[in-house]
Amino acid sequence: MGADFVQFSLTPILIGSLAAIACALPGNFLLLRRQALIGDAISHVVLPGIVVAFLVTGTLAAVPMLLGAAAAAIVAVVLIEAIKRLGRIEPGAAMGVSFTFLFALGVLILEQTDTSSVHIDVEHALMGNLESLIWFRAEGWGSLFDPAALAALPEELIRLAVVALILSLLTWLFWRPLKISTFDEGFARGLGLPVGLIGFGLVVTAAVAAVAAFDAVGSIIVIAMFICPPAAARLMTNDLATQVGWSIVFAVLSAVLGYVLAGYGPLWLGASNAVSAAGMIAAVSGVILALACLFGPCRARVGVGAG
Amino acid sequence: MDAATLSLATEAGRPPLAAPAAPPALAVRGLTVSYGQSPAVFSVDATFPAAAMSAIVGPNGAGKSTFLKAALGIIPRLSGEATVFGRPLDEARDRIAYVPQRASVDWDFPTSVLDVVLMGLYRRVGLLGRITGSHRTTARDCLVRVGMADFADRQIGQLSGGQQQRVFLARALAQDADLYLLDEPFAGVDAATERAIIDVLKGLRGEGRAVVAVHHDLSTVRSYFDHVFLINVRRIAEGPVATTFTAETLQQTYGGRLATGHVAELAGGIA
Repeated sequence: MGADFVQFSLTPILIGSLAAIACALPGNFLLLRRQALIGDAISHVVLPGIVVAFLVTGTLAAVPMLLGAAAAAIVAVVLIEAIKRLGRIEPGAAMGVSFTFLFALGVLILEQTDTSSVHIDVEHALMGNLESLIWFRAEGWGSLFDPAALAALPEELIRLAVVALILSLLTWLFWRPLKISTFDEGFARGLGLPVGLIGFGLVVTAAVAAVAAFDAVGSIIVIAMFICPPAAARLMTNDLATQVGWSIVFAVLSAVLGYVLAGYGPLWLGASNAVSAAGMIAAVSGVILALACLFGPCRARVGVGAG
Repeated sequence: MDAATLSLATEAGRPPLAAPAAPPALAVRGLTVSYGQSPAVFSVDATFPAAAMSAIVGPNGAGKSTFLKAALGIIPRLSGEATVFGRPLDEARDRIAYVPQRASVDWDFPTSVLDVVLMGLYRRVGLLGRITGSHRTTARDCLVRVGMADFADRQIGQLSGGQQQRVFLARALAQDADLYLLDEPFAGVDAATERAIIDVLKGLRGEGRAVVAVHHDLSTVRSYFDHVFLINVRRIAEGPVATTFTAETLQQTYGGRLATGHVAELAGGIA
């Protein structure tokens, strides 16, 4: 655990953890609102938005990417409504079709575009480029106190740190309205809470997390982190705050364990090449969920739908 | 205040409220709500008196819950407005406690009974205010009033239907409102819970507060309520139970779906 670790593994692990936290935080509320698939949907829809934003601006800067993703989300909503009304297709199917179509469209545009100068292609869209986000200037743990080295940290790390911090602050600030409107929408409206705005804000923050994480870690992690850590956390406790705490623990655990397993697991098994860190992180989060399903203390669902 | 309200107030052994022009607890004008093509509630006017218990009565699909929710702005209305104690709805939020249908929430939500009751204190505690010991005492007192004191730390998923309804009522009590609006508070609850709830509601009326409940059990309208509002998409009738809850208005409301003998029995021999 010396200089090599700081240079090659520290930043990818941190980036993976921050991306996981940023997605898991809103994921808790989306899950309880039975909107968990919105995370899935968002991560699909952002691809064409980001690609078109890149084509237009020529950069992968955060603001055009967010605008592109937002535009894609609006197109998706219009498309879903159009399919529902014109085709008389049920909402779930209309959503599924629209998101898959838009993602496929994004893949097609990507393949037809010269994006060789930047980290954006089909593989990166799925898996991100976590392994390449190394801290080139680091020479050891001492670099953590070296301003010049710190200035050369991968920008993805800074971006995700800021996003994770903002999401944590928003969750803390709006905890009570979020909790009340998630549990009992009618009561929340009776109190005069702006329930629609709260729900919209939640989806927007989820989208911001998805877009920020997308470039670094790819859509597989985004999809997995919206659902797996919160779902596993729900099985550990019957208290919302504790659930959110567990989800962060599981998110970080998935990122760290996944990254290490991807790097060293195949070697331990006698294979020569490391496997995709993003794929392994998502897989670990799935295993954690499976273990929570089997052994979590609060898996008994008492009183569901009881008259 | 109209004559009916005054007579109710004196009946209950209290002096009539001071100002003769005291506004009704809830007044609704021209309320129309539509889900898709045909209206669920059409151009309804209604007035619910202060310091009284009012029932909203009508057949299934008559728009009872829709009317209540739209009056409170919980679902969008096509037209119409509501005033609470003579004030616009949004200026009177602190004086309203709304108890939704029990089945409208997911009881698997990770929270405890006491926590749900504390939600009733939200408007007093605010966004970031600290929940203090006195808030917890208030919440526990509300649980005592509905006979749920021993369940404070229970996960809400472990409650029976009747217990769930009592917790919802305790949360409304914590709001310390002047107007209590309840959507089917007796639906699917055991007899002991129904008794406990009606006792609490009558206690609220005794304190001069108004209670408005969507109610589906015609046989208890006379014993529970002072005032009745009959609805079937449109307003059919409203007024004191004694004079309004008659065979004629019931037949109008239920469109001949009730047997004549049953109606006469419900209407208490007036017909």
